[in-house]
Amino acid sequence: MEPVVRMRNIVKTFGSVRALQGVDLELYGGEVLALLGDNGAGKSTLIKILSGLHAPDSGEMQIEGRRVDWKHYSVAVARASGVETVYQERSLGEKQPLWRNVFVGRHVLKGFFRRIDVEREKAATMELLSGFLGLRGAGLNAESQVRTLSGGERQGLAIARAMYFDASIIVLDEPTTALGAGEVRKVLSFVDRIRSEGRCCVFISHELHHVHEIADRFAVMERGRIAAVRDRSDTSLDELARLVLLGGAVPPTERKGEDV
Amino acid sequence: MKRLAAHYRLQMLITFALLLLWGVFAVASPTTFGGARIYRSFLSTIPVTLILALGMTMVVTLGEMDLCFPSVTAAAAYVFASLYSGFGVSAPVAALVALCAGALIGWINGLLVVVVGIPSIIATIGTQFFWRGLVLLAADGLAIALPELRGETLHFLLAGRIGEWGVPAQALWAVALALLLAFLLNRRPFGDAILFIGDNRNTAEMMGIPVGRVRIAVFALMGLLAAFAGILATFELNNWWPTQGEGYMLMVFASVFVGGTSAYGGEGTIYGSFIGAIIIGIIEAGIVSAGLVGFWTRLVHGLVILLSVSIYAMLARRRAR
Repeated sequence: MEPVVRMRNIVKTFGSVRALQGVDLELYGGEVLALLGDNGAGKSTLIKILSGLHAPDSGEMQIEGRRVDWKHYSVAVARASGVETVYQERSLGEKQPLWRNVFVGRHVLKGFFRRIDVEREKAATMELLSGFLGLRGAGLNAESQVRTLSGGERQGLAIARAMYFDASIIVLDEPTTALGAGEVRKVLSFVDRIRSEGRCCVFISHELHHVHEIADRFAVMERGRIAAVRDRSDTSLDELARLVLLGGAVPPTERKGEDV
Repeated sequence: MKRLAAHYRLQMLITFALLLLWGVFAVASPTTFGGARIYRSFLSTIPVTLILALGMTMVVTLGEMDLCFPSVTAAAAYVFASLYSGFGVSAPVAALVALCAGALIGWINGLLVVVVGIPSIIATIGTQFFWRGLVLLAADGLAIALPELRGETLHFLLAGRIGEWGVPAQALWAVALALLLAFLLNRRPFGDAILFIGDNRNTAEMMGIPVGRVRIAVFALMGLLAAFAGILATFELNNWWPTQGEGYMLMVFASVFVGGTSAYGGEGTIYGSFIGAIIIGIIEAGIVSAGLVGFWTRLVHGLVILLSVSIYAMLARRRAR
């Protein structure tokens, strides 16, 4: 199976800090990949490169077989090529109505004055609300402000937006942090939907039990490198915890799959 | 219908406030407020504040401040006046150059904020003094009389009296600009970008909005509108004077905030600022014609501002729950 994203030898330094020291990573459709590691291990730098916020110093990336030209790669280009990143707390405009949040940066324009087609965008937003999010009759409408949504609903809206625009890779940055148990269940079910539609989800988290429940593969980062990649099928929760704690330096017991 | 009412609550509130104020003035001095003269006077004086308030609504919605605009009105109008009377440049060309000068000053403000990284309130305090100083030096502190302006076609277009009612042309410009900016803010991706940047600059960046470009463009737009307001004031009085624009600073902010635009950015209403500017604009005339001394004006301005922003703050708190 061809990977959706292939990253090769990605290097990034900030001043004298070597944030990424040659990262190789493949992402596949229909899988949830958990990206793990301590703070400062390079997870968020890697994600920012994938989503077009940073350009690496060197390295190569292919999205669906096509090589990315770093000079012309930006957030807008990343979104257009199917990479959608949902940053905790930063992916939605709190005071803006839901419909603006769904279509921000990608409005449907009509007429001679190229005006925003508000009716169509609101209708599509209502469909997402009652369909994907299952919030029919929750007192919400397309004009509701984002600040009236719960944490889980916000994650859901951002994920729904990514799926509406047909993203092939959806990156979730700590989507379950600071959520109650019921909200976590909601988010994990949204993640499951991403996978069942054949898309790829990159799930960044410190909450190992959430990750172990939902992910198909785990990639553990340590000091700017991918220290280990494991399949869920041969990694117990305990083992995963030890991997993360020791930065991937666990003697292989019954290794299969594609280790680095 | 109920949803519509909730959505336009702010707009209805401010409209009601204007009607109430007008009602009070009409009862207090029926002769003045029953005749056409005072309205014609309003229609010639309010548009300048109004146009500045429209631009400021965009700036405040973006989450920024611009304290430079009074100097921009003076500087741009000076460019016009000196080109027209000193160098014999035709009025339309001089006006066009003046508009460009205003946009350029606004653009420089934008660069100081976005590229150099100075908080806008501080950067524009600096540029406000700088351009005022430059203009005072260039004009040697003297006014420029422009009596020959009266004969220009452009004078009729910008400050003429139109139709049998003698509607001041600048009022029509103000209405047209309000419609244009409301469209820009609410129905164009540019306005969407302003709303999201004002809401949360990080979010806007993550959504692929060209944050820096939009911020600079809004400052340039404010400069352009300030220049236009300065040109209108100059045509109305056929005179340029070195302290032009100074009286507008607080009136413009009062109009924007009375209108219901949030000082925190991310939310703004052009309609609110439109009505806000009218409210602020009629208070003085209303008070004087009611037989009170002019000193009451400031007190009432203060009361209206405090009352309206208190109501908005309470509404916002209730909605946040």
